[in-house]
Amino acid sequence: MKEWFAIIMGASLLVLMVPILYRIVVGPTGFDRILGVNVIGTKTAVILVIIGTLFDRVDMFVDFAIAYALLNFVGAIVVSRYFNRTVPLQEMEKPKPKPRTRAKT
Amino acid sequence: MIELLANSSVSESANSPGWFLVHSIGVGMGILGLVFFLGTAVGMVRFPDFYTRMHAAGKGDTLSTMLMLTGFGLVMMEDFSLSSWLLLLKILGIVLFIFITTPTSSHALMRAAFEDDEMPLGEKDLKKLRKRSRKSTFK
Repeated sequence: MKEWFAIIMGASLLVLMVPILYRIVVGPTGFDRILGVNVIGTKTAVILVIIGTLFDRVDMFVDFAIAYALLNFVGAIVVSRYFNRTVPLQEMEKPKPKPRTRAKT
Repeated sequence: MIELLANSSVSESANSPGWFLVHSIGVGMGILGLVFFLGTAVGMVRFPDFYTRMHAAGKGDTLSTMLMLTGFGLVMMEDFSLSSWLLLLKILGIVLFIFITTPTSSHALMRAAFEDDEMPLGEKDLKKLRKRSRKSTFK
């Protein structure tokens, strides 16, 4: 029963990843793509545990899953920092005047 | 239930009713996780906006991963030996890690998108989208 549960669960996870791959391919912005990659990476940790069940070496594959979840998190954080808007070059050379605020009384 | 579990650990048989209960709880949690992941997949395809897609992906992804991993941890247990407890503890560690990190990463992504001037859809955009979809379906 354990093997069949693992096989059916892994197969349905793989099938359900297809719509997210569609979003990665046609996503209008780059953020959609990163989001899809993040979701698939989280699911890969689950699939690693399932593969460990099929090979009867779960104690080893669980460590892989921990490492993969960590890498996925770090990748998402790094990419979101990278896509953050930075100051354009012209603005850096010629700093804009600060917007006027109400004078202090 | 505790008595059932204790009895099964004494008799060391994997087919006793206590273990059957634990394994069926694990299978049910896994199937519930698949249902939530189905919601994530449908939301990622059908929602019109980046922020709504992020809503579907963030929540459904976290909850489905936690449910599936915990269900697998329960299905994996067959006795009360030390290695089996260690395995369950490691899997619960992954669950805790994902419970902390997935909302964090989606928060960081949302903030990056908002500071990158990606605006959410307003009423006018939604009306336009609805008109376009009506035209494309009826002609």
